[in-house]
Amino acid sequence: MIPPLMLALALCMAAPALSAAPTAAAVAATATTVTMAATAAAAPQTPAPVGADDASDLETRVRDISLQLRCLVCQNQSIAESNAPLALDLRNQVRDMLRQGLDADAIASYMTDRYGDFVLYQPPLRGTTLLLWLGPFALLLAGMAALLQRLRRHARHREPPLTPTQHDAAQALLSPDANPAVPEHHT
Amino acid sequence: MKLRHILPLLLLLVLAGFLAYGLTLDPRNLPSTLVGRQVPDFQLPRLDDPQKTVSPRDMAGRPWLLNVWASWCTGCRQEHAMLVDIANRNLLPIVGLNYKEVRGAGIDVRKLSPDTETRQAIDRANQWLSAHGDPYVLTALDLDGRVGIDFGVYGVPETFLIDANGKIRYKHLGPINAQTLESDLLPRIREVMR
Repeated sequence: MIPPLMLALALCMAAPALSAAPTAAAVAATATTVTMAATAAAAPQTPAPVGADDASDLETRVRDISLQLRCLVCQNQSIAESNAPLALDLRNQVRDMLRQGLDADAIASYMTDRYGDFVLYQPPLRGTTLLLWLGPFALLLAGMAALLQRLRRHARHREPPLTPTQHDAAQALLSPDANPAVPEHHT
Repeated sequence: MKLRHILPLLLLLVLAGFLAYGLTLDPRNLPSTLVGRQVPDFQLPRLDDPQKTVSPRDMAGRPWLLNVWASWCTGCRQEHAMLVDIANRNLLPIVGLNYKEVRGAGIDVRKLSPDTETRQAIDRANQWLSAHGDPYVLTALDLDGRVGIDFGVYGVPETFLIDANGKIRYKHLGPINAQTLESDLLPRIREVMR
């Protein structure tokens, strides 16, 4: 009864962490749609302003991109989450660059030009980050190789067969009536 | 005692060694991507006369220091005597980049007109410089911090050493003190002056 419950709990807790960014984006998108629908329903005569959809779309994109960028001041937060003044400035910078029609790659290279790869939560694969990307796999392979070698050695070095004396001794030890496992109490 | 018996202990020691080394590193001390590159161009109003502008092109042909500072920055107060010292020794010109003088002080500028913000920035900066001494040949006003972003500034103070060709040779993070002036900054200044 308990293990499935624990599993379900673990899944519930893990799910938001696993897909934090897409969820946040989806929630923002849903909220936008709901707001838009409500506005449309409340005032059917006046059409929704053309720019409204673009504006909320822009904010979603600003947030998506900001979530991928590390705040240099509070280093364990993205610039989307941080309230540091620099994070605010950088969010504004992202917004301006999106307005200018620049794409996410252009913004990422703008940031890395100024602050280095450290600003990217997903660092690019290159010489200096090779260890970071391949290190865990190298360790896994090394562990598997060590295990394999150990198993092979075990398979090669069989235990020598028992001599007849040893065999008899083992038999005597193993037979239940010859040697009770639990000593009896004397009452 | 065979090697394989002490191997786990050795691995643990290696790991502990790495972790101990990690503790000595400052995560804020990021390698600057700007060192070795051309100084970012900018055009900013001057503190002494906001009608005029200052640009790195004005400094072309000689080595100079760019010091990012603000009156609200406590680290700047710590290092200021060192800058005054460099200026008094006539080593090389120091240009001040006054970074978000008003906004950085936590003043909401949405209620202020750009002119008011400029005036406030000038007042605050001048007050600070007359109290602590002015080591700068020129000070540029970066009210919104955009130029700061171009320089990869993420904390004040920061100091850039720029050579005669306009190439950034060194970036000093945080306040300069007597020790880092002698060990880090002065040798590099001498190298650039040669």
